Amino acid sequence: MGIVEAILLSVITAATPLVLAALGELVTERSGVLNLGVEGMMVMGAVCAFAATQITGSPYLGILAGIVCGAVFSQLFAFLTLTLVANQVATGLALTLLGLGVSGMLGEGFLGMQGIKLQPIAIPLLSDIPVIGPLLFRQDIIFYLSIALVAGVHWFLFKSRAGLKLRAVGDSHASAHALGVNVIRTRYLAVMFGGACAGLAGAQLSLVYTPQWVENMSAGRGWIALALVVFSSWRPWRLVAGGYLFGAVSISQLHAQAFGLGIPSQLLSSLPYLATIIVLILISHNRRTTLINTPASLGKPFVPDR
Amino acid sequence: MPVEGATANSPLLTVSNLTKLFGSFAACNDINLQIDQGEIHALLGENGAGKSTLVKMLFGVLAPTAGEIVWQGRNVRIASPAAARKLGIGMVFQHFSLFEALTVAENIALSMDSNISLAKVAEEASRLSHAYGLPLDPKAHVADLSVGERQRIEIVRALLQNPRLIILDEPTSVLTPQEADRLFETLNKLKAEGRSVLYISHRLEEVQRICDRATVLRHGKVTGACDPRAETPASLARMMVGSDVAAVTAEGTSTKGDVQLEARHLSVSARTPFAVSLKNICLKVRAGEVLAIAGVAGNGQGELFDALSGEYPVADDAAVQIRQKPVGTRNINARRLMGAGFVPEERHGHAAVSAMPLSDNLVLARSRSDAKAFLGGGFLNIIRRDAVAAATKRISEAMDVRKSGEDPPAGSLSGGNLQKFIVGRELDRQPAVLVVNQPTWGVDAGAASRIRQALVDLAKAGSAVLVISQDLDEIFEVATEIAVISEGRLSDPYPARELSREKIGLLMGGMYGKTEGTGAVHAH
Repeated sequence: MGIVEAILLSVITAATPLVLAALGELVTERSGVLNLGVEGMMVMGAVCAFAATQITGSPYLGILAGIVCGAVFSQLFAFLTLTLVANQVATGLALTLLGLGVSGMLGEGFLGMQGIKLQPIAIPLLSDIPVIGPLLFRQDIIFYLSIALVAGVHWFLFKSRAGLKLRAVGDSHASAHALGVNVIRTRYLAVMFGGACAGLAGAQLSLVYTPQWVENMSAGRGWIALALVVFSSWRPWRLVAGGYLFGAVSISQLHAQAFGLGIPSQLLSSLPYLATIIVLILISHNRRTTLINTPASLGKPFVPDR
Repeated sequence: MPVEGATANSPLLTVSNLTKLFGSFAACNDINLQIDQGEIHALLGENGAGKSTLVKMLFGVLAPTAGEIVWQGRNVRIASPAAARKLGIGMVFQHFSLFEALTVAENIALSMDSNISLAKVAEEASRLSHAYGLPLDPKAHVADLSVGERQRIEIVRALLQNPRLIILDEPTSVLTPQEADRLFETLNKLKAEGRSVLYISHRLEEVQRICDRATVLRHGKVTGACDPRAETPASLARMMVGSDVAAVTAEGTSTKGDVQLEARHLSVSARTPFAVSLKNICLKVRAGEVLAIAGVAGNGQGELFDALSGEYPVADDAAVQIRQKPVGTRNINARRLMGAGFVPEERHGHAAVSAMPLSDNLVLARSRSDAKAFLGGGFLNIIRRDAVAAATKRISEAMDVRKSGEDPPAGSLSGGNLQKFIVGRELDRQPAVLVVNQPTWGVDAGAASRIRQALVDLAKAGSAVLVISQDLDEIFEVATEIAVISEGRLSDPYPARELSREKIGLLMGGMYGKTEGTGAVHAH
């Protein structure tokens, strides 16, 4: 395997958790809920996946644990913001802080343990294609899942009736309610999907990216996922482009540091964030596309009257 | 396609002794109403007469406190809009319940059974829309459509359910006269098929034109049931209002002074994708004159108000002139200090902070322009409560603002009374220039007449007044000159007495009659 392939592989590994977490948040926001707790749900997913893998010895059960943990944790947010109509921004921030704290506590016994890395699955025939084969078809199940989920979410949002209802709830919850759509239930499910995706992203971190448990191992990726959702103007495939762009920039700065270019390392490590800001500015230029896709009820609480 | 099972003789809907209480307030009190098969039935009444409450009960949005609804001979309880639709009742709301970010077909699909594919919905919608003369592009985004087109979506959406009764709530308030003509053709088609229409309006001329029977509401009670064609507008108005409304007199506003407000080739690009850009707008308002700008909502009225008032200053300083000084780049307070006053469109959240008392709302609007009167303590700018309280009292008395207590929160006033206060707040300064957007939108006839008279009186006293309004009756009452705004372009001004409604309608529908609606003008 050449250096280029190695770099590309590491880009994919770095981008996958971003795409997953952002995809979940995209669905949540399309329903009109702003959940700033992605970071917290992600790190909870990471610790649960790692713990379950250590206890059962199966990384697949670990993945399942990560998904379930993220989904369950997100329902705390859903209950507070949808049923009790708490402020979404404040509750989301609290969820992140809570997730970071609780995961640190849960993971204390697992610190420094040797993790079990999720093994790649080679897809027959396709994995033998030169260059592309090893990159795309000799990957772990979470990568395959991430791509399948993006395609699935795109289909769901823009082709299915349930997806249409979800977008309607995000655009105008009062009108959707008047038409008989169950706004609160739709939002509970959307938040749960967001939590499950963040949990899966967390599992990828502790089972694939760096197979061990370290406190705060999500390291700000939840926040980048939030920015990616805006970057994608709430469209799933654009989110993949954004996620991989961000992954590429963050990996290339590591390699640039390794090569010892005469640029301060602090500047290099800030590159991914700079890139995010620049792309966000560029993308907000086309305001019509942005506004057509931005869920108009985003972050607004819904209380049915009658 | 005629409706099946339409037996001509039995009434379609009978409402007996229907009452809705909100606390101790009776929004609807002992209402009796009967709608026959294949008739267009008018529900007349002023704002707050209980029309909306009544139809919300018929459509299952509100539950009645007492009384019964008999539908096709059966006593029914309508628990939800879905239940109403199932019975065969369709509704077109005044404020549309559409999703801006979705396409026409998606909007329609949302109110249909889930097992019908989107492609089928689009096909059916476009078939129906052509059959009833309501052209629609199923793939268009609602955000890009005019208000008239949005109403068509609502109507097609209601028609797809194959209803026996269609309720339309103030459908023409947002349409040009030509668009209204097309709507009436559609309604007559529905009637010919044996469907019934409940037509809510306060426009007497329309009701006389298309309705077979009318039920008149006032203060939540039925005050008359009649054949509108056998009545005169005056007798219908008396049933609606209870007494004769003071007529606004615009006589004696002919003396013209200097130009006090001017726009010179004012162009502003749209701030958001849903906004309208202003294109080369020129206008002059002289002292002693009321220039009214007519137009269908969403043709640049808000943007024009923003540019003239300085809520959003423009790049070209000379494009807006107040008292012959360029002010285009100045903000609203600078313009106020030069003797101008501004009353924006929305009462709540724009012209007033609902949760704050009237006195605080007064300070918010005038603390800069009338700092000497309301602020003291040198650089500390302490609010002089006594002066503010006196001014609040003065304004309330001058405009006959009816309120509970000395200084209640703005939100506790009725729409008409709050609007009187907001207009009075500016009039109290005796501005040399007044720009007011939709001065009487959604207020009762008494308050509207009070506000209109105040605007006319201000012009008589020598101020230049610019009124932006959708209401043609209002425009003809107050204006000395009329111009029409359409898609961000302003027509030349015409003297009010030389302009007919038809001509205004043509100007509203685009430029000088080259629109799809022109054929309908000659039809009647």
